[in-house]
Amino acid sequence: MKILSRLYIALIILFLYAPVAVMILFSFNSSVSVWRFSGFSTRWYSGLAYNTTMLNALEHTLVIALLSALLSTVLGTAAAVGIEAIRKKITKKLVMSVTQVPMMNADIVTGISLMLLFIFIGKLIGLDESLGFFTVLIAHITFNLPYVILSVIPKLRQTDAHLAEAALDLGCTPLKAFFKVILPSISTGIVTGLIMAFTLSLDDFVISYFTCGHYQTLPIIIYNMTKKSVKPDTYALSTLIFITVFVLLILYNVLQTKSEKKRAAAVFKART
Amino acid sequence: MKKLLCTILILTVLSTLFLSGCGYQYADLDLRAEFDESLKGTELTVYNWGEYISDGAGGTIDVNKEFEKLTGIKVNYLTFESNETMYSQIKSGGISYDIIIPSDYMIERLIKEDMLQTIDLSKITNYDLIAKQYKNLFFDEKNEYSVPYNVGMVGMIYNTELVGKDIEHSWKVLWDEKYKNMALNFNNPRDAFMTAQMILGQDLNTLNKADWDAAADLLKQGKKNLQTYVMDEIYGKMETGEASVAPYYAGDYLTMLENNENLAFFYPDEGTNIFVDSICIPKNAKNYQAALQYINFLLEPDISTANAEYIGYASPNTAVIENKDYCYYQNEILYPDEADMPKVQYYHDIDADVRSYYENLWSEIKLY
Amino acid sequence: MNKKSFGSRLIAAPYLVWSALFIVIPLLIMFYFALTDQNGVFTLSNLSAIGQYKKAFLISILYAVIATAITLLLAYPMAYCMTKSGISTQRMLFMIVMIPMWMNFLIRTYSWITILANTGLINTFLTKIGLKPLRLINTPGAVILGMVYDFIPYMILPIYSVMSKLDKSLLEAAEDLGSDSFTKFKKVILPLTRPGIISGITMVFVPSVSTFYISQKLGGNKTMLIGDAIEFLFNSGPAYYNIASALSLLLMIMILICLFVMNHFSDEDGGVLM
Repeated sequence: MKILSRLYIALIILFLYAPVAVMILFSFNSSVSVWRFSGFSTRWYSGLAYNTTMLNALEHTLVIALLSALLSTVLGTAAAVGIEAIRKKITKKLVMSVTQVPMMNADIVTGISLMLLFIFIGKLIGLDESLGFFTVLIAHITFNLPYVILSVIPKLRQTDAHLAEAALDLGCTPLKAFFKVILPSISTGIVTGLIMAFTLSLDDFVISYFTCGHYQTLPIIIYNMTKKSVKPDTYALSTLIFITVFVLLILYNVLQTKSEKKRAAAVFKART
Repeated sequence: MKKLLCTILILTVLSTLFLSGCGYQYADLDLRAEFDESLKGTELTVYNWGEYISDGAGGTIDVNKEFEKLTGIKVNYLTFESNETMYSQIKSGGISYDIIIPSDYMIERLIKEDMLQTIDLSKITNYDLIAKQYKNLFFDEKNEYSVPYNVGMVGMIYNTELVGKDIEHSWKVLWDEKYKNMALNFNNPRDAFMTAQMILGQDLNTLNKADWDAAADLLKQGKKNLQTYVMDEIYGKMETGEASVAPYYAGDYLTMLENNENLAFFYPDEGTNIFVDSICIPKNAKNYQAALQYINFLLEPDISTANAEYIGYASPNTAVIENKDYCYYQNEILYPDEADMPKVQYYHDIDADVRSYYENLWSEIKLY
Repeated sequence: MNKKSFGSRLIAAPYLVWSALFIVIPLLIMFYFALTDQNGVFTLSNLSAIGQYKKAFLISILYAVIATAITLLLAYPMAYCMTKSGISTQRMLFMIVMIPMWMNFLIRTYSWITILANTGLINTFLTKIGLKPLRLINTPGAVILGMVYDFIPYMILPIYSVMSKLDKSLLEAAEDLGSDSFTKFKKVILPLTRPGIISGITMVFVPSVSTFYISQKLGGNKTMLIGDAIEFLFNSGPAYYNIASALSLLLMIMILICLFVMNHFSDEDGGVLM
């Protein structure tokens, strides 16, 4: 049974990583083909450093991902606190349903509806160009928000409401009570939301495709490249991204295990 | 040992620089017109076809970078893959561009819809280099709105290793069961319809809806014979032998030939489409003066030659055509002499009613 | 007390304005486009023109349903096997499943071409060992494979998270009461993991039914899914915005109905999140 289960896991992992392996292999191809391997070369990696379109797009992606993650975290955390305070059940339900729309809806519909809005507003105020940095930022914040809100709300519910009240009774201003009492207890939810928002934004293609204008992010560039002849340089870039993510996650995992061990050790010490 | 490894590494890196077969190698630019830095710090947004400018790969000239170096203007370079996508972007008002490079019939439409600015030719000092036969064409009779960039014709590319040398010189090969699942066709309505229209002997610009219906029926019949509809993905498919016959632009064939010497080319006997892609400035351009400088720069003999060699299309620029060092000098595919010249037709802008009729038919074919 | 909660409700105000502006109004504009012609005059012709795209809708739904079913069949045992491993292995496996999600899905889809192409890895291998090459690329099967591959982590992870929290004592109780493994699975495990299954299904079905890239790359542009139709129309110019909006609207309504039905099946409330 155990062997069977291991075998199955191995098969699924093989399925998940076969294309990744192919991609890494062909990023080292010495010819321009991504189908026929003709020899080992690192030329595509050295070529990346000169590919300004790609580097620009990478910068755009990072700027949008960082800004949209931060802004949606601030806006979303505030929203979660506010929504939890709403007493009327119907109002709350309505707000929550609207919140879930960008998450549940097809990306293509979200992207298109936003594009229509931006173009409509652009025409209304007579802009020559209605799509660009701000529109893609707004779009990313919009689809990030529900993920932030929905990861903060459960933490808010777990927080003891009396704690905040006690703080108020002890003379804290509401603001101070929020920062001193509520915020620390929901911080894990906020961080989860922030990370989720960041990664979603990093990887988004469909919504950016309809709203970014000139401000092309990396997935858009990759899309344009796959419309042409894909060359191993696209694979090389993706391999680099893959390795970065891989290393970061392993590091995160190791650190987490370490800190858990430390905590366990501390608990053990305290007990003895 | 380590040293050896380093040497090998350096050699592989260096060898990539000299790999390219046909490509204008970098030398100091010899400029004909004068450029200054008066617009330094401004931005210029260029919207061009994919793979349609010399970009510095393999030691060729990086045209945009050279322009930036020369003028201090920052070039924002973006690409599109069909006239229709480009039109859609500009028409929606979502994005503004300073330079666009549409084809003839699209320029005709853009002028009709008042979406282009006139180009001040007094500032384009290199304009005299444009060959006479590419001036005063139907879409811009007074040369007010466009400056020719490239010229081309559509033909059939085939892989001699897979299908042999003996092939009927006709568009009909796309329908031939011999090439089932190995044939490709265009993934844009105008060019795909052209292949069927030529077989049917139609005028490419017919306003008769029954003609379009007949062409659409023929395309539907041919769909099951095709492997897929492609645009620039054709490079990979033809170069690796994934597909064996496909119609595409002659200049692109020459690029593919560099990667697979078994590819051959013919212009079908039924005739084909000829096109001119020209540089234009849209109405909502933000940096008109920089756009003029850019156009003038593209016409520079060195730059034009670099582009012509990189892109592989025929050039309308006499400084290129008459340059004996140009690697496609008197190339028989790009510049056929009168005897070998195929029967050709231009696309014209078709009025909106018939246009939406055939675009609708195209959806039908795709859904068929 | 009242004053305080009023204050904290107020901090949701910026968000409420935001969601009205960027969630509700865009959908209303889309609605408006769907019901008007190019000049803004009310018309139902866009809705009736949808008939032409009936086939695209049907194929999209069919492919998405098949892809979702296959994904579920592959993912459920995977999640189960994962929970059978040790804690640190479980965490590793969780990450291994998650990492591909961090990679651009366009590239992940594209690398399948290298594997499936006529001259690709599988067929090269087949011809080398003397077998006939198979037609893999540009088939419906390739499109469905692409969907399964791209979205399978969204199925594995929610099922796994629910399953790993299952109360072991319940399973032991079932064994003590003499159920065989099949009954145990049917009566205990399956009902308890249902929220995970439901969220997995929605998270795979919605992107599959609306995708516009997978079919273009792996299906050879020959089958037009509804996402492809919408993208094609939007790229054909503002004259097509109205009909494209009508299609988008229909797609949205279809998805909402599916979600509604799904939620109906799940007893747990708010179960549709990872």
